[in-house]
Amino acid sequence: MTRETLISLAIVLALLAIPLWATAAGETFYITLATRMAILALAAVGLNIALGLGGLVSFGHAAFFGIGGYAAGILASHAFNMEPLPFGLPGTNAMPVIWIVAIVASGLVALAIGAISLRTAGVYFIMITLAFAQMIFYFAISWPAYGGEDGLSIFVRNQFPGVNTLNGLSFFFVCFTLLIASLGLFSLLRASRFGAALQAARQNEQRLATVGIAPYRIRLAAFVISAMVTGLAGALFADLNRFVSPSMLSWHMSGELIVLIILGGVGRLAGPVAGAMLYVAFEYFLGGITERWQLFLGLLLLAVVLFARGGVVGLLAGKARHG
Amino acid sequence: MAEPVLKLSNLTKTFGALKATDDVSLDLKPGEIHALIGPNGAGKSTLIHQIAGSLRPDTGSIRFLGHDVGALGVPERARMGLGRTFQISSLTPEFSALRNVMLAVQARQGTSFRFFRPVMRDRTLTEPAMAMLERVGLAGRAAVPAAELSHGERRQLEIAIALALGSKAFLLDEPMAGMDPEGSKTLTGFLDQLRAEAPILLVEHDMDAVFALADRITVLVYGRVIATGTVEDIRNDADVRRAYLGEEA
Ligand SMILES: Nc1ncnc2c1ncn2[C@@H]1O[C@H](COP(=O)(O)OP(=O)(O)OP(=O)(O)O)[C@@H](O)[C@H]1O
Ligand SMILES: [Mg+2]
Repeated sequence: MTRETLISLAIVLALLAIPLWATAAGETFYITLATRMAILALAAVGLNIALGLGGLVSFGHAAFFGIGGYAAGILASHAFNMEPLPFGLPGTNAMPVIWIVAIVASGLVALAIGAISLRTAGVYFIMITLAFAQMIFYFAISWPAYGGEDGLSIFVRNQFPGVNTLNGLSFFFVCFTLLIASLGLFSLLRASRFGAALQAARQNEQRLATVGIAPYRIRLAAFVISAMVTGLAGALFADLNRFVSPSMLSWHMSGELIVLIILGGVGRLAGPVAGAMLYVAFEYFLGGITERWQLFLGLLLLAVVLFARGGVVGLLAGKARHG
Repeated sequence: MAEPVLKLSNLTKTFGALKATDDVSLDLKPGEIHALIGPNGAGKSTLIHQIAGSLRPDTGSIRFLGHDVGALGVPERARMGLGRTFQISSLTPEFSALRNVMLAVQARQGTSFRFFRPVMRDRTLTEPAMAMLERVGLAGRAAVPAAELSHGERRQLEIAIALALGSKAFLLDEPMAGMDPEGSKTLTGFLDQLRAEAPILLVEHDMDAVFALADRITVLVYGRVIATGTVEDIRNDADVRRAYLGEEA
């Protein structure tokens, strides 16, 4: 086992330990906190595919997070009110169906956004992904059918066959399992031919083209896969809060995902997990002490960028090795 | 007469007021090494860029293997068999030497949309890549990240990549630059063999290597071809001696 694998394992186990300890100690609030960490980590694992492996600084991943959230909210509200969707399709409160809808919807939107945005690079790419996400954000605000600015409540948490999702610990395990699956997907992708081409596109686009691989299609596929994972996380986030609102689509959310990847380690397997744990812990503990917790987060971020380029994982496991 | 593998007709390329390529026509025949020489700024690299597709000529045509490739991009031309190296090495710096070549093997197999099988355990990638590193004498450095290779080793690695692509013509932009005399000699011997595999358009400042290797030489000055011919022709051409070899005729 490499050092990085060990560190990754330790980080993931640390996340798992929080709700187990919380249950034993009767501190159920910390279960919610750990679930929030797992879900944000999942969203960031998605972004890490585009950002970490492909070097695509998407400042619009909140769009996919929010689309996943609205997929959960909309399907659940139709099921709750027993109103059919367009084309007479029924709503649903079955998580597996909701997840598939969330994944497909985010993927399709990412295909459209990516197809256009990936014709640009650098700062232009950052700005255009931001612009697309803001368009969707304002659309959600001005669309009264699903709550507009006020958002949409999910009255009863959606269900997963054989699991009591109303139980906090059970719902944590659902999210944690998906997080582990996404980490598996990330490491498979990273080691695969596709991953090789994607990482080459980040390191030296000219080299990739010179061996005969067009970077555009590789990046587009990565962008879509990345969005699908983040979209799935969005559906879980809506279920955690039993509420979805345009704030899930806002640029703060996109920024938050980038920040927690930088904290944890860009392109590193467990980077998003470490980052999400740190971020949520900061938000909760410092947020309890001072309104200005984000100032301290900013300072921490500055320290990471200046002194620990590889984030937490880089600090613990050293430089990434590519074989 | 064998059909040329590569044929440039009346290429021109201007950068603002500067004519970097001025009505250039030349060809590359099977089995030959065609050297392209000229002083700094003559437009040699610019010409290589146009052939490879990374720059578009303003006018003129480029035919490769009987096809007009003018409308194709870099990846398409590479897949047709144009293998090029860069004057300033262009590699994936974080990847090892082996992985750099594996990327080319993968590209040649046409299979980059495979998402699950780990490349390092895929012998259809590692073995051909290792064989190419052996051919250029880099096998001992296979695991070293490209960023940590010496200047000369990076040039060799670029050639290994072009080999792995199964190139049908090589465009080499100053492959000897920055190599020690020993390295240049080895590479000269290597290129001498390589021409049997595919013809080489060789941009090079090292005149010993050029005179030892070239079947034909084209001299470029200010974007224009001022002479084309055998080594003997060029050695004896008064214009060339004046303009380039720096001698008084
Ligand atoms: N993208 C560009 N924009 C503007 N001018 C350029 C560009 N690329 C090259 N040039 C100019 O075109 C001319 C030819 O450059 P080129 O690099 O092709 O020369 P070269 O023959 O390869 O020289 P060297 O032997 O130094 O490599 C030079 O005057 C250079 O400054
Ligand atoms: Mg040059």
